[in-house]
This record gives sequence, C-alpha cells and structure tokens, in this order.
Amino acid sequence: MIAPDDDAADIPAAGADEPVSITAYPNGPLLVRGPFEIRTPTGVVIPPRRKTVALCRCGVSSLKPFCDGSHKAIGFRTEPEPPAPQPPLPA
Amino acid sequence: MPQARGPVSTNLRKLISNQHTEFGVDLDAALRATDDVLQDDDLQLALFMAYELRYSGLQGIDDDWEWHPEVLALCAAIERLFEAALRERVSLPPLPAPDVESVAAALFELTGADSGPSVSRFLAKKATDEQAREFLILRSIYQLKEADPHTWAIPRIRSRAKAALVEIQADEYGGGRFERMHSELFARTMRGVGLDAGYGHYIDAVPAITLASSNMMTMFGTHRRLRGATAGHLAAFEMTSSQPNRLYGNGFRRLGYDANVTFYFDEHVEADAVHEQIAARDLAGSLVTDEPELLEDVFFGAAAGLYVDGLAGAQQIDAWTAGHSALRVPEYLDLPA
Repeated sequence: MIAPDDDAADIPAAGADEPVSITAYPNGPLLVRGPFEIRTPTGVVIPPRRKTVALCRCGVSSLKPFCDGSHKAIGFRTEPEPPAPQPPLPA
Repeated sequence: MPQARGPVSTNLRKLISNQHTEFGVDLDAALRATDDVLQDDDLQLALFMAYELRYSGLQGIDDDWEWHPEVLALCAAIERLFEAALRERVSLPPLPAPDVESVAAALFELTGADSGPSVSRFLAKKATDEQAREFLILRSIYQLKEADPHTWAIPRIRSRAKAALVEIQADEYGGGRFERMHSELFARTMRGVGLDAGYGHYIDAVPAITLASSNMMTMFGTHRRLRGATAGHLAAFEMTSSQPNRLYGNGFRRLGYDANVTFYFDEHVEADAVHEQIAARDLAGSLVTDEPELLEDVFFGAAAGLYVDGLAGAQQIDAWTAGHSALRVPEYLDLPA
C-alpha cells in the first residue's frame, strides 16, 4: 500500500473532479480532454465518440464541431508567419 | 495456414508443422537470389508467417515455434535484407532540430507533400463494386489487427511519448469497448459487403507488397532498436488518414452502401484528426526530445510507411486502370514433395 502523499493533491483525479483541459495545437484544432459535455444551441448533448476530441477552429471541417483534418488543405495558420526578409537599405 | 509461395515459405511450413526437423533451405542463397525483397512473395510470406506466431498464432501450429532458434534466425536474415532495402530506397527529408515544434512541423511537411497516386480518390470517383471489395480484402491483412503492431512500442518508450501512444492506442481499441475497436469496425464493414471477416481469411489473395507493408510495421514494432521508426510510422499513418477515409466513405456511399458499411471510414475521419496531432507532437516530438538519437529513425519510419504504402497503392491503381484484379493470382503450387 502506498502512503498518502501531499504531492498527490496536484494530480488530477480520474473522476468527476478532474478538470477539463483544452489544448490548442498550432495550426490545428483544439483538443479537449476530461469530463466535458458538448451541446447543440438548443441544449441537446452531442454524444462524444471518444475520450479526447478535436474541435475545429479553421471553420472548414465537414464534421463540425469536430475537426476532420481539413485545416491542412487550406493552409490554416494560428502562428504568426516568420517575417519576410527585408530588402537591404539603400546605401 | 497460408499456401506457400516458394522454397523458403514451403520449408518454413514443413518445419513448423513438424514435417522437417531442420529448416533445410539454403537461406543465404534464397536471399541472394531475390531481386526485390519488397516484392518477393516467398520471403515476405515466410516473414509474415513467422511474425503471425507473435500475434494470434497459426492454426494447428505449436505456439513454441515463436521463439524457436531456427524461426528467429529466419526472421533475422530476412529482416536484415528488408531493412537494408528500405534504408537504401527511402529518401529522408532534411532532418529538423530535435524538439517538439520542429519535429511536428517537419512531419506535417513530409506527409503533406505526399502526392502519389491516390487509392482514395479512385475509390471515391471510379471504383466498381468489385474493386471496392478488393480494396477491403487488401486492407484486411492489417486492418483486422489494426493498431497491434504499434502497441509493441508502449513498453519500449517512456515519459510523455508513452502516455501519448497509450492515448492513441486506447482510442484504436475502442476505449476498451469491443464493438468500437477499430479492427472490429473493419470486420463489420467487410461483413456488410458480403466478405468473410475471419482473421487471415484472404491471406493467399494478397500480393507481396501488402505483406511487406504489414511486415514492416511488425519489424519496427518488435525491435526495441527501431522504436523511433514505429513512432514515425504511426505519426505518418495518422497524418495521411483523415481525408482519405472521408473519400473511402464517399466511395462506398456512391456504390449504395449504408452507414453500417461506411461507419469504419467515417469514424477514422474524426479519430485520426485527433490522433495526428497527438502522434506528431506528443509522441514523435516528445520521443525525439527525450532521445535525440532517434530523430533520424522517426523520419525513416514515417518516410518508409509513405513509400511502401505508395508502392502498394500504385500497384492497385495500375491493375484497376488496366481492367485487371489487384489481387494475387497464385502461381506457385505447394505440391507434395
């Protein structure tokens, strides 16, 4: 048996108290983990098909609110583009 | 038990069925004789049979053969040739810095540049009902054990990369629900179009390159040395999956099949859009951060997967475009000695 440990308070419990986390993946969707519920505007719960879901943030998914990978085809960017090289100043 | 396709697979069959007490083939000569190990029916089938002993076993064959020295020596000899051929023929992109951001960006670039012939577009637009069934038969060799080859890597890696792999694999196995396991969803699709979904049922109908695609994953998965290649292979697989699966589903809908048949593909559009993010960053990126010496193998595994599946896809499209079957016509008769 493992003795109770103060550090354990930092570890999210795998239960009702577990916080929902949303991770923004660069140039891609939002991944949602935890005890979340997704609803339509009228409050109907959309049954989740998996524990971790990816929510569309580029707007072109055919499965909204879920991601279908379409962001790659349209070159969706969430990160600033590296600055274009500046032309040298005239002497 | 598959039909043999040449002297090596014939003698392996005889050895493990206890008809021979030793392998009895000059394996070095057989390996020297092949002009392309990726397309060699006899060698790929022999390796596939030996590998099946590590999965579900072969019907009527004693499970002890899995670790028998003669079987392991056979695997090692074919694997050396197979891995050397892959390393020689697969071209790697410029390797990025060994951190999460750079590895993920380079993997997205590599997989996004893959512009080979597209089985998914053919399925969506042109395939006949018979060609669609052939597609399922070819896929069944891997998909009826979907996820298993990458699962070998779980005990071989640590830290965030391990957690990421478990997160992906748990979803592949339906979150622990039998009827949602991806292999089971694929079986449902096969039954829905009137095919036999028994494991290995169509083994004699698939060409060497289909066996090579499956064997490559098992080779990567069952060698700890190649754990980087397993991570890269899974990442590339997931990163080239969502949109093709949408097209496969559209193809089967065009042919008049209902959601019972297309569910497998529709499920993968959504699932693999999740998995590709986790695989590129949290699996491959974290693994390379922890073990920078695996950087090259991550990209080797990714590029090898794209290469071999590209060859297999091109063969299918060539056959279908010429009006032929993409399935194998048995040429080698396993006559009694």
